[in-house]
Formats: sequence, structure tokens, C-alpha cells
Amino acid sequence: MVDLKEKLVADFRSREAAMNGEAQSPLHQTRQKALARFEELGFPTPRNEEWKYSNVRNLTNQDFDFGGTHAITVEDIEKFKIPNLSGNILYFINGKYEAGLSTIVSPASQVSIRPLREALATQPELVSTYFGNLADTQDEAFTALNAAFAGDGVFIHVPKGKVVEESIVLYFINDARSANVGAQPRNLFVIEQNAQVQLTETFLTLGESSAFTNAVTEIHVAQDAHVQYYKVQNDSDATYHVGTTEVRMADNSHFYAATVSLNGGFIRNNLNIALDGEHCDAHMYGLYFPDGKQHIDNHTVADHRKPNSESNELYKGVLRGQSTGVFNGKIFVREDAQKTNAFQSCKNVVLSPQATMNTKPQLEIWADDVKCSHGTTTGQLDDEALFYLRSRGISKPEAMSLLMFAFCEDVITQIKIEPIRAYLEEIIAKKLA
Amino acid sequence: MLKIKDLHASIEGKEILRGINLQVNPGEVHAIMGPNGSGKSTLASVLAGREEYEISGGSVDFDGKDLLDLAPEERAAEGIFLAFQYPVEIPGVTTINFLKTAVNEMRKYRGEDPLDAAQFLRMVREKAKLVKMNDSLLKRSLNEGFSGGEKKRNEIFQMAVLEPKLAILDETDSGLDIDALRIVAEGVNSLRSPEKATIVVTHYQRLLDYIVPDFVHVLYKGRIVKSGTKELAMELEEKGYDWIKAEVELV
Ligand SMILES: Nc1ncnc2c1ncn2[C@@H]1O[C@H](COP(=O)(O)OP(=O)(O)OP(=O)(O)O)[C@@H](O)[C@H]1O
Ligand SMILES: [Mg+2]
Repeated sequence: MVDLKEKLVADFRSREAAMNGEAQSPLHQTRQKALARFEELGFPTPRNEEWKYSNVRNLTNQDFDFGGTHAITVEDIEKFKIPNLSGNILYFINGKYEAGLSTIVSPASQVSIRPLREALATQPELVSTYFGNLADTQDEAFTALNAAFAGDGVFIHVPKGKVVEESIVLYFINDARSANVGAQPRNLFVIEQNAQVQLTETFLTLGESSAFTNAVTEIHVAQDAHVQYYKVQNDSDATYHVGTTEVRMADNSHFYAATVSLNGGFIRNNLNIALDGEHCDAHMYGLYFPDGKQHIDNHTVADHRKPNSESNELYKGVLRGQSTGVFNGKIFVREDAQKTNAFQSCKNVVLSPQATMNTKPQLEIWADDVKCSHGTTTGQLDDEALFYLRSRGISKPEAMSLLMFAFCEDVITQIKIEPIRAYLEEIIAKKLA
Repeated sequence: MLKIKDLHASIEGKEILRGINLQVNPGEVHAIMGPNGSGKSTLASVLAGREEYEISGGSVDFDGKDLLDLAPEERAAEGIFLAFQYPVEIPGVTTINFLKTAVNEMRKYRGEDPLDAAQFLRMVREKAKLVKMNDSLLKRSLNEGFSGGEKKRNEIFQMAVLEPKLAILDETDSGLDIDALRIVAEGVNSLRSPEKATIVVTHYQRLLDYIVPDFVHVLYKGRIVKSGTKELAMELEEKGYDWIKAEVELV
């Protein structure tokens, strides 16, 4: 049996030994600190309250080849990319940016899109102003691990007042056809004052071997900026995905996230939004469809730090087989954050007696003039509705799939990029058929 | 067409139908009346196939088939339609999409080709006109936020689209204003034919002025305790149920 932690630490040392000048760079010093912290923390166990229902033991005794070579061709990609989706399309295969497969169409005056490593070399001041400011390497072992290896991924910078007309789509593809592969993408999105952009992260796997993605994305949303952020996961059953997205919002900014987990063996998404300005609004939508032995865990945080902002959250899941789902939604309203509106709702349909859903809303409110509401439901499909549909000649399976699709509808309609919505609708309809 | 023999049904251990006998022939209209809680909706639901009820005895033959053996969707495809007393709201499913699925699933059951979008729309428009159903309702989620009357009209509209052999209308008249009542009744009448039959569950003579029944039955405590012609309905309107209850207690 492999000890993934030991293996990663050894990897780090050998990479470091192969470096020349870079070992002295400030970034590498950050990496060293992060590694030290990761060594102290180790992978989380269910004794850690935040990981109570998500056991990574089966991940941490496997070996993965990080940043290894791959054999992906243009034809492979054609087969599983999102149809009709145009714009700035970037491919990262086993973590590595593939310039040859990628297309950047937006003019440099609208947006700068660069592999992180390149951006670190060419815009070190800009990158270092923001890099690592939001990600928590102190308490989060996976984030520390990601930081220790930071290099792959993308830096996106939208200058003040710019509206990025073409959306930006990042494909993270693991090619697990011949071996276990691992990737640790690290993304940094800086959206300046009054700028607007649509960002999508898509996670896909090729092949049957095990794959491990440990992704960290930091998003800085400046004053008056509008950001839409979509995360679409359609990985294989043998994939482990731990992904953390850290967002900081300034005054009057708008942030809009939708996380759709279509498939994946083990998924843990952390979406942490700091509403660090007044009159911000943050929206979080989620949809997940675990089946078989899959496990999908969404942890979210809406941290209201300033007055007069609003957060609004709706997560929905359909669980089948022996799958497990977790939803943990935290709302913090700090003492200063008077007149906060915070809404949270998590609704689940559990279709099999062996499937389980664990929901935990967590509200911590220090201000007194706030409006907060939360609610979770976990149940079966409505029998009355099912009978009504069947009494009109609709077969039981068809009636169930109509009801399940209807259940998902209010989240699906939140996806504002038409080709992505069509892609999701098609896959979801097939899944629910 | 429909032969119900000594039908017993219970729910949660409580017997609600306690020996129903009823025969409905093609072309006939039967009215079922009776005090609240006597089992009228239960009978309608059992005929439509609601699975919560346990059938503890008796038989139901529909055009030579054992109805109790069929799933609700099979009964619908065989030609049974229930207009619900309380139509269910289904958010996220539009009336139009739902009906298209229903029509084509039934066609599939009968071995017919599905209607294409244009054929379907033409048919739907025609039927909507028949019951004066507002087009905008078709695009909304099924019954969601519909007024009481709109829900009832939607039931009759669905009946018009699905063209059942046997329609069971469970208190379709309650909640309708006078004009809507007439429109719904006209809709029902225009769908009448020598091959089709209707069972009308109602509390009021008013509806029966429009949809004139061939037979009127009184259901009480899970049994049909009196049958007659349309004059019986008028008598009930006038005298209420006490005299019937008294007759039953005597026996
Ligand atoms: N799910 C259930 N659980 C327990 N009792 C039930 C259930 N459904 C119906 N009943 C009971 O069965 C009896 C008959 O109900 P039903 O709805 O058939 O009456 P009804 O004749 O249609 O009355 P109404 O005129 O008020 O519509 C009532 O006493 C009712 O409470
Ligand atoms: Mg009733």
C-alpha cells in the first residue's frame, strides 16, 4: 500500500533538487511553507469535523503520477467537449496547459489569459499582489498541498472597466487511460473594478484508471464587477476531486456561481465567498447526481463582513444507488454586517433506500439587524404528483424522470451560457431517464 | 363497458368502499352523489389506479379487461380518465410538455406513431378553444398558482385532448363560476358520444341541469344505497340526505 503523503513529500524534494534559480524565488518559499504545513496537517480524517462524512482514506493509499505525459489527441477532445461552446477555450491535460489545443480569442486589451507559470515570470508584481491571499493553507491540508506544488493553472486578469465578451472556458482533463494520474491546478482570477466576465471550469476524465484532482481557484472581484463562475464536473467513477474556490467581493460587486456535479467517484467542493464590501450580492447554485457508490460533498461559506449585502444559495441533489451526498452551508454574519440578507436552501430527492444525504446548515450571526433563512429537505418524489402524471398515461419511469427534471429545472435555468445549459440538460435528461 | 362487482377497498386498515356494485354502459352518464366522506373520491381514485388503496375484494371489468390488474398509466391508455377533485400542482413541468408526453405515451401504448410538434399543437389549440382555456396557462407549470377554477378547467381541457372512453369527473363543478360551469359542461357534452360514458361526482343539481344524467346513485358509507334517474338528484337537492340515511339505518 502506498502512502500518498510520503510520496508527495518525496516528490517535492526531488522537484526542488532539480530546480536552479527558482528555488530561491519568493513563490518557492511560499511553497516550502505550504509543504511544511501539509506535512503537519496530513490528510484530513473523519475526526476532523469538516471531513466527518467525507473519508479520503481510499485516496491517500493510492499512487498518482502528477503532471505525467498523456496521449490526448484533437479527436479525443472532439468527442467529449461541450458542443457549440465557443470563446476562449483552454485545455489542461493532467494539469499541464496545452497551448496547441487551446484558443484565445479575446483581445489582450479586454483580458489577459496566461498559464500561471508564465504569468509569474512576466507579471510577477501583479500576480504576487493577489496570489495566495484568499487560499487557506493554514487549516486546509488540500489547499496547503496545492500551494506546495503551485505552478500549473491559469492567471486571468480583466482590467478596470472591461467587459470580456467571449466567455472563458477551462477544461481540466485527466488522461487516465494508461496509469493513475494526478493534477493540481491553481487558478487566479483578478477581476478589476467595473469589469465583467464569465468563467467556466470543466473537469473531465478519459480512461478507467484512478485520477486525483486537487484544484484551488482564487477569485478577486473588485468594486462594481460582475462575475459568473460555473463549475461543471463530469469525471469518471474512479476520480477523486477536491476543489476549493475562494472568492473575495468588494463593494457593489456581483458574483454568481453554479456548481454542477454530473459524475465523479469522490467529489469535495469548497466554495467560500467573502462578501467583503457593501451592497454586494452573491449567488450560489448547485446540482449533484451521485449514483452507485459515488460520494459528492459540497461545502459552502457565505461570509458577510460588511453591511447591506445579500447572499442567496440553492443546492439540489438527486441521489441513487448506494451513493452519499453531503451539504454543509455556512453563513457568517459579522458584527459589522448589519442589514445583511442571507438565504440558503438545500433540497434533495433520495431515490434509493441505500443512498444517504447529510445536510448541515450552519449559521453564525453576530449582527442583530439581519434577515437570514435556511432550510433543507430530503425526501422522495411526490406520490401525488407521480399518480397524477401516471393517470394521464405517462409510464412510471417517464413520470419519475419528468418530476426529477422539473426538480432540477430551477438550478439549470441559472446557467446563463446557452451551450453549457444545453449540454447539462442533455446529460441530466439521460441520467434521469 | 364498466362492471364493478362487490368492490371493497381500504386505506390504513380502514374500509372505505364496502361493496360497490355499478354497471356503466357506452353512451350513458351516471351521476354519483352522497354526503362528504362517503367514499366518492375513493371510488374514483380506485378506478384510476391509486396504489395507496388496498383492494380487499370484488372485481372491476373494463371492456373485458380486469381493470384492477392494470397500472394507472395502462388504465389511462385503455381509456379511463379521472378529473381530480384536487388537481396536483407540479412546478417545473409545463402543461403543454406534460400533455405532449401523455399523448405520445398513450399512442405508443396503442401502437400508434407519435404526433409531431405541428400536429400536436394544432390539436391542442382546437381543444383549448373548445373549453375556452387560456393559451398562457399552457406554458405555465402544471396547475402551479392556477386559480381553483383554472385548475378545474385544465382538467376538462386534458380530458378533451386525451379523449377517454370513460371520464370520471370528481366534483369538477366545485369552484367554478356560473359561466365557467356552463363552458365546462358544454365541453363535456360536446365530447359525449354513443361509445363513451361519463361518471359525474357532484354535490349539486346545478351541474346536472347541463350534463343530464341517465342514472343517479347515492353513495353512503361506502355503498350505493339508492339509484334512480335525474329526478332523484332533484329530490336530494330539495330534501338533503337525512331521509336516505334513515332508510339505510332501517334496513
Ligand atoms: N389516505 C387516507 N387515510 C385515511 N383515511 C382516508 C384517506 N383517504 C380517504 N380517507 C377517508 O375515506 C373516507 C372517504 O373519503 P372520500 O374522499 O372518498 O370522500 P368523498 O365522498 O369524496 O367526500 P367529499 O364529498 O368530501 O369529497 C373519508 O372518511 C376519508 O377521511
Ligand atoms: Mg371527494
